[in-house]
Amino acid sequence: MSFNALKKGMNARVTRVSSDSGEMHRLLEMGLTEGTTFRVVKVAPFGDPVEIDLRGYRLCLRKNETKGLEVEPVE
Amino acid sequence: MKSNLSNKPSAKSELHSDQPLIALVGNPNAGKTTLFNSLTGSYQKVGNYPGVTVEKVSGALRLDAQTVECIDVPGLYSMYAVSEDERVAVEVIEGTLANSRRPDLLVCVLDATNLERNLYFFSQLAEARNPMVVALTMVDRLQQSGQSIDLPKMSNLLAVEVVPMVGHRDKGLQELKDAIERNLASPRFPVFDIGFPDALETCVASLRERVARVGIDFTKSDIRKALLDPEDPFNTFLKDFPEMQDAFREARERLTREGVIKPALEVSSRYQWASMVKRAVVRESTTASRNLSLTDRIDLVLTHRVFGLVVFLTVMYLVFQSIYTFAQPLMNGILASFGWLKDMVGPHLAQWPVVRSLVVDGVLGGVGGMLVFLPQILILFMFIAMLEGTGYLSRAAFLMDRLFGWCGLNGRAFIPLLSSFACAIPGIMAARVMPDRNSRLATILVAPLMSCSARLPVYLLLIGAFIQPRYGPIWAGFALFAMHLLGLVVAIPIVWFLNRKVIRGKRLPFLLELPPYQWPRWRDVWIAMYFRAKIFVKTAGTIIVFMSVLIWGLSYFPRLSTQQRAGVVQHYLGSNPGAPKDDVAKEVDRAQLANSILGRFGKAIEPAFVPAGFDWRITTSILSAFPARETVVPSLGIIFSLGGDVDEKSPDLPKALNEATWPDGRPLFTPWTAVGLMVFFALCAQCMATLATVKRETNSWKWPLFMFTYMTVLAYIAAVAVQQIGRWFGG
Repeated sequence: MSFNALKKGMNARVTRVSSDSGEMHRLLEMGLTEGTTFRVVKVAPFGDPVEIDLRGYRLCLRKNETKGLEVEPVE
Repeated sequence: MKSNLSNKPSAKSELHSDQPLIALVGNPNAGKTTLFNSLTGSYQKVGNYPGVTVEKVSGALRLDAQTVECIDVPGLYSMYAVSEDERVAVEVIEGTLANSRRPDLLVCVLDATNLERNLYFFSQLAEARNPMVVALTMVDRLQQSGQSIDLPKMSNLLAVEVVPMVGHRDKGLQELKDAIERNLASPRFPVFDIGFPDALETCVASLRERVARVGIDFTKSDIRKALLDPEDPFNTFLKDFPEMQDAFREARERLTREGVIKPALEVSSRYQWASMVKRAVVRESTTASRNLSLTDRIDLVLTHRVFGLVVFLTVMYLVFQSIYTFAQPLMNGILASFGWLKDMVGPHLAQWPVVRSLVVDGVLGGVGGMLVFLPQILILFMFIAMLEGTGYLSRAAFLMDRLFGWCGLNGRAFIPLLSSFACAIPGIMAARVMPDRNSRLATILVAPLMSCSARLPVYLLLIGAFIQPRYGPIWAGFALFAMHLLGLVVAIPIVWFLNRKVIRGKRLPFLLELPPYQWPRWRDVWIAMYFRAKIFVKTAGTIIVFMSVLIWGLSYFPRLSTQQRAGVVQHYLGSNPGAPKDDVAKEVDRAQLANSILGRFGKAIEPAFVPAGFDWRITTSILSAFPARETVVPSLGIIFSLGGDVDEKSPDLPKALNEATWPDGRPLFTPWTAVGLMVFFALCAQCMATLATVKRETNSWKWPLFMFTYMTVLAYIAAVAVQQIGRWFGG
C-alpha cells in the first residue's frame, strides 16, 4: 500500500523503495530502507506533513514526496 | 605565538593559516552548534564562502599547548550532496573548496539518542579519509531514557576516540579538547568494514586500479558510487575515457545480473552496519519505561489540531508584537540620541555648511538610520534562537507547512515573512532558519513585499488626506487593511513563479525533524544575537551608510548660486507679500531640492510616471526616500515648501497635497492617485537597507538587483493600473 494510506497510530514496514535517485535517495538516507519499521505518530492539523517515528527519531514527510515509498502495515 | 593575557584577543587576531585546522561535522540537530559555541565562545568570525550563500563560521579553539582554527561545517545528513549548501559543506570536509585547506582533524558530532542515522553519515564520512574524533552528544538524555552506552566498545568498533559530552554544563569539554590535542599529534583514521558484498568490493578494487592506471586517483567510495549509480557525476567525468566507461557499465550489468547490485544497496548496507553498531554498544536497561516521553506529552498540546494552532498564534503574536511595538522605545532612543548628536555637532561646523550637511545629514543620518534596525534584529534573533533551541521552531514548521508548501515555500517561511511585516531587514536575516537554499532565496525575495512599519506613515498621510475626509473612517480603515494585505496576496503568485522560473538548483524533499524538547542554552542565544547584530552592522551597515552619503550628495548638489537664491526669494515674496522669514527659508529649501541632481532626475522621469498620476514632486520624494521609506514624508514636506520637519500627523501637509495642482490647474491628487501612490509604495523596493541586507545574505549583488527590478516594475505597473482604472471610473 502507499504511504499516504497510513493512518495515525499505525505501524508499518517499508516494502519497496521504487526509485533510487533524487528525492527518494534522500528518504533512504534518512533511514527509510527496505524492511525498516516505523510508526505514524501524527498528521499535521492541515493534513500534511506526517510525523513518523523511525530508528529512534522523529521525521516529518510530505505526502506528495513519498510517492516511491511502498509500505505494509504491521501489528 | 605570543598571547597577550591582559587584552582579550579577537578571533581574527588569533587565527593564522599555519595553525592546524579542525572541522566540526555532523547531522543537523546533533548539537553541533552548541558544541562549537562551547569550544570557541566568542572567538568566532562569520563570513561567507566565496560565491555562494553559505555562511562560513569559524573560530579560535584554545588548547593547552596551541590555538587551532575550528570550522563549524553546516549540518549534513549525507556526503552525497544534492543542494548547493550540501556541496559546500562536503567540499569543506574534503578540502576541495577554492581557497580552503583540508581539515587536519574532523570532530564528528554524533547524537547518542539517534545513533543509527548519525552513524550512517559517519560511515560515509570515514571514507573521506580524514583523521577523526567522535564527540558523542546527548549522553545524559540517553541515560534518562534508561539506556547506557558502552564507550570503549564503540571506540573499538569505529577505530577512533569517542568522547561523551553532556552539553548543559560543558561536561566532557576538557576531555574533548585533550582528545583533539592528542589526535592532532597522532592522528587516527576510522577503519571498519561496512559489509558491502564481497563481489562488489572486489570489483570496486579492480576498477580503482584500472582508473589509477590512467592517472586518476579516486577513493573506493567514489568508485563504488559511480558503479552503483549510473547518474553519479563521476560517470559524466568518465565520458572522456570510453574504455573506462565501458568497464564500469559491464561491471554494473554483470553484478546486477548476479543479484549483487540491488536498488539502494549502498544505503541499506550502511544502515545494516549502523544498526549492528548500535545493538552492540547501546544497552537497554530493563527499567526502561514504555510511557509517553515528556516530549510526546508536550506535543499532545503543541501539535494538537486546535490547541497547537492556538499556542502557535499566541507565540507568533508575541514575537511580532515584540519587534513591532516593544522595539519602538529602543528605536526612538537611538534616533533621539542621534538627533542630540546632530545638535551637538552641527553648530561646531556652522562655518562650513557643506561639511555640516555632509556630517549631520549624510553620515550621522546614515549611521543612525542603520543602527535603528538593531533593536528589531536583536529581539527577533533572541526569539529565533530560543525557539530553535527548545525545538519549537520545528513544531511551528510542522503546523504551517501545508499552508506554505503548495507554492514552493515551507513551514519555516512563516517566521521571516511574519517578521517582515514589522521590518524586512530582520525578516530577511531570519530566512536562514530555512536550511534549504531555494526556499530561503524565494522567501528573501518576497519578504520586502510584506508591508513593513516604515510604510505606515505614508499610508496614514495619504489616507488621512484623501480617503478619510471623503469616504469616512470605515473606508479609511479598509484602505489601511487592504494595503497590508496587498503585499501578501501579490507574494503568492510571485513565489510560485520564482520557484519555477528563476531559482534553479536541485530540490530536496522537505525533511523536518522534530527533536526532543530541551531548554535553550543561554550562551547559544546570546551568541546568535551578538553575531547577527555584528554581521548586520559590519556588512549591510557599511553599504547603508555609504549609500546614505551618496543620496545625500545627490539631493544636496548642485547648490543654487546666490543669484538664483535671491531670484527664488524675490519671486516668492512677489506672490506672497509679507511672508514670514521661515516660509521663505522653506521655499528656498524646496528650490534647492528641485535644483539638485535628485530633483532633476525626478523631473526627467516625470513623463514615465504621468500615466500613474505622479508629477516630478512625487517622483523626487520617492527617489529621496531610498535611504529609508518613511523619509518620503519629510521629503514631501520639503518639496511642498513646508520644511523637512513635518510628519504624517501635521495638518499642513494634507492641506498642501490637496491644493497641489498640475501646471494646467487640474488637482494633482485624486483619491485614485493617492491609492496609486500607496500601492506603489507597498510594492516598490525603495529601501536600500533591505537591498544591502539581501546582498549580505545572498552574498551577491545579483539578487538585490533582481529584487529591485522586479519590485519596481511591479509597483509601476500596479500604480499605472490604479490610475487608469480610476480615470475609467471618472476619478
